Amino acid sequence: MTSQVQEPKTTIGKTANYFDERLGLGGFTKFFARKVFPDHWSFMLGEVAMWSFVVVIITGTWLTFFYQASMAHTYYDGSYAPLKGAEMTIAYATSLDISFDIRGGLIMRQMHHWGALIFVAAVGLHMLRVFFTGAFRKPRELNWVVGFLLFIMAMAAGFTGYSLPDDLLSGNGLRIIDGMIKGIPLIGPAISSGLFGGEFPGTEVIGRLYALHIMIVPAIMIVLIGVHLMMLIIHKHTHYSGPGRTDENVVGYPLMPVYVAKAGGFFFLVFGVIAGIAALFTINPIWNYGPYDPSPVSAGTQPDWYIGWLDGALRLAPSNWDISVLGYVIPMGVMVPLVVSLVFLAAVAVYPFVEKWVTKDDREHHVLDRPRNAPTRTAIGAAGVTFYAVLWAGASTDLIAIFFQMSLNHVLTAMQILLLIGPVIAYWVTKRACLALQRKDREIVLHGRETGRVVRLPHGEYIEVHEPLDKYELWKLVDFKDYAPIMPRPNAKGKITVAARLRSALSKIYFEDRIAPVSKAEYELAHAEHAHEAVTEQKPARKSRAKQITK
Amino acid sequence: MSEVEKSYSSGIATSIEKAIKDPGIEPHRLRMTDKSEKHAKNAERQVAFMFLISIVGAIIAVWGYLAFPISGGDLSATRNNALWMGLGMSLSLLGIGFGAVHWAKTLMPDNEVTEERHLARSSDENRAAAVEIIKLADGESGFTRRKLIRRTMYGALAFLPIPAVVIFGDLGPVVGDTLKRTMWKAGTRLAKDPTGIPIKASEVTVGSVFHVIPEGLAELDEHKLEEKAKAAVLLVRVNPGELNEDPAKASWSYDGIVAYSKICTHVGCPVALYEQHTHHLLCPCHQSTFDLANHCKVVFGPASRPLPQLPIAVDAEGYLIAQSDFLEPVGPAFWDMRK
Amino acid sequence: MNSEKPLHRRPWAAGLVVFFGLVLSGGGYAAATNVVESEIGSAEQISEGRKLFLANCASCHGTNGEGAIGGPSLIGVGAASVDFQVGTGRMPGQASGPQLYKKPVQFTEEQILSMAAYVASLAPGPALPDPEFLRTDGDVEHGGELFRINCAMCHNAVGAGGALTEGKFAPALEGVTEKHIYEAMVTGPQNMPVFNDANLTPEDKRDIISYLKYVENNPSVGGFELGSIGPVAEGLFVWIFGLGFIIAITVWLGAKAN
Repeated sequence: MTSQVQEPKTTIGKTANYFDERLGLGGFTKFFARKVFPDHWSFMLGEVAMWSFVVVIITGTWLTFFYQASMAHTYYDGSYAPLKGAEMTIAYATSLDISFDIRGGLIMRQMHHWGALIFVAAVGLHMLRVFFTGAFRKPRELNWVVGFLLFIMAMAAGFTGYSLPDDLLSGNGLRIIDGMIKGIPLIGPAISSGLFGGEFPGTEVIGRLYALHIMIVPAIMIVLIGVHLMMLIIHKHTHYSGPGRTDENVVGYPLMPVYVAKAGGFFFLVFGVIAGIAALFTINPIWNYGPYDPSPVSAGTQPDWYIGWLDGALRLAPSNWDISVLGYVIPMGVMVPLVVSLVFLAAVAVYPFVEKWVTKDDREHHVLDRPRNAPTRTAIGAAGVTFYAVLWAGASTDLIAIFFQMSLNHVLTAMQILLLIGPVIAYWVTKRACLALQRKDREIVLHGRETGRVVRLPHGEYIEVHEPLDKYELWKLVDFKDYAPIMPRPNAKGKITVAARLRSALSKIYFEDRIAPVSKAEYELAHAEHAHEAVTEQKPARKSRAKQITK
Repeated sequence: MSEVEKSYSSGIATSIEKAIKDPGIEPHRLRMTDKSEKHAKNAERQVAFMFLISIVGAIIAVWGYLAFPISGGDLSATRNNALWMGLGMSLSLLGIGFGAVHWAKTLMPDNEVTEERHLARSSDENRAAAVEIIKLADGESGFTRRKLIRRTMYGALAFLPIPAVVIFGDLGPVVGDTLKRTMWKAGTRLAKDPTGIPIKASEVTVGSVFHVIPEGLAELDEHKLEEKAKAAVLLVRVNPGELNEDPAKASWSYDGIVAYSKICTHVGCPVALYEQHTHHLLCPCHQSTFDLANHCKVVFGPASRPLPQLPIAVDAEGYLIAQSDFLEPVGPAFWDMRK
Repeated sequence: MNSEKPLHRRPWAAGLVVFFGLVLSGGGYAAATNVVESEIGSAEQISEGRKLFLANCASCHGTNGEGAIGGPSLIGVGAASVDFQVGTGRMPGQASGPQLYKKPVQFTEEQILSMAAYVASLAPGPALPDPEFLRTDGDVEHGGELFRINCAMCHNAVGAGGALTEGKFAPALEGVTEKHIYEAMVTGPQNMPVFNDANLTPEDKRDIISYLKYVENNPSVGGFELGSIGPVAEGLFVWIFGLGFIIAITVWLGAKAN
């Protein structure tokens, strides 16, 4: 590329030429600048997560200039009178200084913490969006796993940060972690000793959590986010079903200029909302909790929301469950919540692979499912959300009891029952609701939308006028696939394997109850009928509401 | 169903006879800003206004930083500083954000663009070429052929991480029996937390609860918190009539005064919520409830073991003392606690 | 939380209230080994107090304060106990439930003192606190530390309240007068344990009161406090308002302009 066709004249042209000759950015720009991104509010949730992550990185970096992760002892000598002279660690003292005595410190701390809460919440919502629309299907299964790892890392980043101020609340949180770790058979006490550098609380753990919090965990997250976005570019974004949207194209706005302005502007909006919340609302008032001391504890000791479900799992374990094997103690009050939580997370991670195995669906999917059009998946999701939500609510049993003036014990027992039956009810209700919505869609396709306009026909009959859909709206309601359960088929050796039977059984659960999209024949039949009526009665579309669609 | 789909579908979607046809992308609808120059001009002004607001926000933030110098003990300065810096920054960020998005929505083209997708799978030619390259590389290196090299390399790679694990060995000391011992020993006086003032039996009235540490703990220079994390005790006097003691441990209390470990046997929170009349001890973290009048057995919540009891007595001067250390490990269970 | 809400009526609650009534107001204090000498009011005050007692309290606590079916013996509970229970409106108790709530006070200050004097005349018990120890200029650092060790587990680190077992709770301490805080510590009302002067000296109690009043009078430097109940309120806030607001923005952002 030595020969120049033309010399650039303008400054911008010259600059662009300088970089292109050295880096070849022209091709890069050509590849990226007009990449198309579909527009939908729910596609912004991942972006909320990404931008709040950036906010947390920026504010967190600022905090590192003032915070010292040392557990050496000191005596507080800052502005907050109720702690003046109190013995505490340097970690807590510098956190207090950031809060009271360094200008801009409190706002940065609050932005960091609020941003972190929003970050994890946005990750969770984004995951739910991806799950309920089936965006994890081929070719995106691997990106689901990357996203799942980001969710785990987000919790890890949150927990390690929560502990850094070394206040009473987070110290008791660490103690709970220590208690859980110690309960792990065989290796528990050794891991605890390794984490705390000896006995709890020791003088090491804050420094170690700090290394994890500001280096190891964010580094892993940045790599994962990079992979996540790279896969997004390889796959191109999914889009909702709509006219002209197919599995072979992507319809939306080009990166330059629309998406740069929208997504770029959105960063400032997320940042601005976090700053506004941080300006007005206290978060984690560490000065209220006092320095960590193993003896005191405050009522309402809870973790940040994203760890709440694990705390809830610990609360919901029944009494007196520990068992002893050959004199070795296995604390089931710790191990069962731990194992149940891990199984739940594993189920989330592998769901795309399970669904693919059951459905034997090997096509690429780029048009999203409306949740109602995948009733079983939606119902499974609802059951999972319910399970998580009960565990989450379980972490605030004491506050629920006070707020609703109920007995703490009753609330806890109710949660235990709900944890077992809630997901079942949620599954059933959701599945029925999805099927009902699908039937309603069929009705609308076949007979039009109810207008609420009632007219009287010449012979005295009253009818409600139904307005037929235009072809674009219509398409949104019929653009989905109908799946039939798989029958167990013998393999090459003529045997029906256990796996085939299992798949068949699961496939039956998935697809036995289903509603097919309206076919052209059905549509034409229904509308021919209407047209006929319209001609004879000189009135717009009429239909018989009594007609029931059954599966 | 399109051709592409069919060629990859070994799936189970039932094909519908004569499905309704995709009508294609909706026609573009013009915005007011596309139709009228006046609206476009207005939108332009609105965007510029938001950017100006942003500048004002930045100025407010700097003013907030400078206007409220923090002087010792005046909390209102801290509050104002955070408030005005936060609001200023928020305004300056939102101004840019709203401005940029408004610009994109009203003035940048809003015709939707279509881009082709391609299957993630490489083309057959590329696949074949890739396989050729790998085979060539394999042949050239002898990776498959030279088994000795391959296997020793696997071995080397398997051993390599071992030092990387071992090097973390000094993260913590080897666990001895420290988890099973506390600072309490025969004759240690029970002292008030945090002052370390010893407690006389006569001071512990019925219905009282004392938060107790071993005498001498408050003066420790090293490992104070580690010792406190194990040795914290709750001291309560119950009407002897209401106390249902294990006969084997009847001598562990003194005239209705009992001392129990404050560390929850579930995961180690301080179990400190004592109800005077029900004699229940509640852990605020996970709601394990222990019945103090019935040797602290678990009556509710996820704990399994009763809180360990500290045997106490009274010395010649009337002070409460420990008869010995706890006779079982305090706090959360660990696998070899009974060994 | 609203302490003036009526209690839920529960069939089993009647039994509970009898039980709690019986043990209420530190009845066990009589067995205390170091009883604080009560100051006895004038004979006139005592007789006035007795009249009020017979009219308002005797049906549950017995005509001589010896206790009856509905309420515990008041022998030896002291003036402080009466002043706390009646002065915060908890007594006379009305509804049944796991615990008595604060209610509008039914008697004048003078009437309360008369009843306190009468009950104090029955047997020695904790006296009304010396105003010297109700000052709020004590050592707030020491008070804060003592509060965290002795009180925060039930009442929360800044006195926002907390749950106990079976529907009982430790009330929020905001707005409670210095005198009533002090009296609660010395008498151990309902299921609260007693903190006698050997455990927390009067100076310690003053420091605790000073700390509570400091926290009450100095709003959080961070802004609105969301009830000071910790991460649960923060989490709910983030999901409902934080994300709610951001999602509203995403909807605006994704909508086509006119």
